Amino acid sequence: MIKIKDISKTFGKKIVLQNINAEFEKGKTNLIIGASGTGKSVLLKCIVGLIKPDDGWVYYDLRNFTEADKETKSEIRREIGMLFQGGALFDSKNVEDNVMFPLDVLTKMSYDEKLDRANHCLKRVGLENVNKKYISEISGGMKKRVGIARAIVNNPNYLFCDEPNSGLDPQTSVLIDELISEITHELDITTIVVTHDMNSVMGIGEKIIFLYKGMKLWEGHHKDITHSNVPELDDFVFANKVMSKMRDGKV
Amino acid sequence: MKGFGRYVIFLGSLFVRRESFKTYYKLVLEECVQIGVNSAFLFMLVSTFIGAVTTVQTAFNMVNPLIPRFVISQVVREMTVLELAPTVMALIYAGKIGSSMAGGLGTMRITEQIDALEVMGINSSSYLVLPKIIASMLMYPMLVILSGVCSLVGGYIVGTFIHIVTPNEYVAGLRFAFNPTEISVALIKGIVFAFLIASISSFKGYFTKGGALEVGIATTEAVTTSVIAILLMDYFLVNILL
Ligand SMILES: Nc1ncnc2c1ncn2[C@@H]1O[C@H](COP(=O)(O)OP(=O)(O)OP(=O)(O)O)[C@@H](O)[C@H]1O
Ligand SMILES: [Mg+2]
Repeated sequence: MIKIKDISKTFGKKIVLQNINAEFEKGKTNLIIGASGTGKSVLLKCIVGLIKPDDGWVYYDLRNFTEADKETKSEIRREIGMLFQGGALFDSKNVEDNVMFPLDVLTKMSYDEKLDRANHCLKRVGLENVNKKYISEISGGMKKRVGIARAIVNNPNYLFCDEPNSGLDPQTSVLIDELISEITHELDITTIVVTHDMNSVMGIGEKIIFLYKGMKLWEGHHKDITHSNVPELDDFVFANKVMSKMRDGKV
Repeated sequence: MKGFGRYVIFLGSLFVRRESFKTYYKLVLEECVQIGVNSAFLFMLVSTFIGAVTTVQTAFNMVNPLIPRFVISQVVREMTVLELAPTVMALIYAGKIGSSMAGGLGTMRITEQIDALEVMGINSSSYLVLPKIIASMLMYPMLVILSGVCSLVGGYIVGTFIHIVTPNEYVAGLRFAFNPTEISVALIKGIVFAFLIASISSFKGYFTKGGALEVGIATTEAVTTSVIAILLMDYFLVNILL
């Protein structure tokens, strides 16, 4: 479980996040949704500690991450896996070395053990026979998979994904979503996914936080998202043609 | 000035929260190979030609028949060992290695690779930059020696080929009034320049903000700033070392 309390962040004069409170549950895929530029990525970076919030605290299973000392911080970081919006794979390394990298720096495993583990994760995300390829030689969807494999290789307790299916075709998107959801349940970990894709929301959203201009306006399960009575959320949800037809059909 | 302050803080950050010695050993080795492969050929080419041209020009300017011919190679030696090898080559090194360091780090920054390292709890500046600086300080002095030798060889080949100077005269000139401290001075300069180029270029690349355009800007700035730093430091070092 991850809990955030009163997170605020401004860049210069621009207020990006305002007093965000939320709880992300273990064994569920938690989503942060909202339009482009509402501060989703910034919130995620505040949670993992890449950006220091001006105010507020982040708790990882009751451990205060914001005020933790160096040892506790690196201990918590060892339990984090993250998939970045653009993949953030190391382009100087091949696929296999990318996936093995967290094990190189975080564990004392032998080379064979690391290779075994990396191969297991690559297989888990449906990638085989690409071990020796460089990052520039694989497709966007494969990059996302490699990113997920790297994020889960060290058995994380917390998994963060920033727009895992941006730039992918609808079919591959669904596969990646399902993969994340399956891994979450399989490993019983706390997963937070940032997205603005309604397909993902309806597909895997077990707990959803809706951000609007840096504020949290709604939270709940995807079953309740169509009757939230929050006009801003309705605008977001029914911007999708299929969704709006569904509503009109119902009414 | 504010930039200089940030540069100093950046250098300080390289030494906190370090990884294991073994990790650095591997990284430094990789960087050394990278630097060697990238620049050895260019260095040999440039310095051989400069040595050759210096020989021809010195001979051309020596119209007085009373001056012995071996002075030609002595002049070539003085020029190349003290200035050409460490300083002029440093400018080329900044253009070749400095720009690739800044470009590489800048790309890692904008594609969030540096963030990815930080999330894993790695001190990214130390992990990425320290090996580059150490490898530069190890490799550049060797490149200085290499280019010194190449320029003397270049002078020899051309000088004897077009009969400006006989082989014996050339070798005698190289030995005449030779002061070995010149080599130490050249190497000290080399080490200092290598540190400046690697650290300035890494600094510029590491703090890139934005996109591909900014990576280009950071790369150019890295080279410009390194070149200015080299020239200032050269003046300073010549004053205290000679
Ligand atoms: N390092 C930064 N410095 C200044 N402003 C920033 C910085 N990072 C983000 N911002 C600003 O914060 C706001 C929120 O950005 P953020 O990246 O969180 O949006 P997002 O919700 O993730 O959007 P998208 O869906 O397009 O990824 C934007 O207006 C952006 O300009
Ligand atoms: Mg984003």
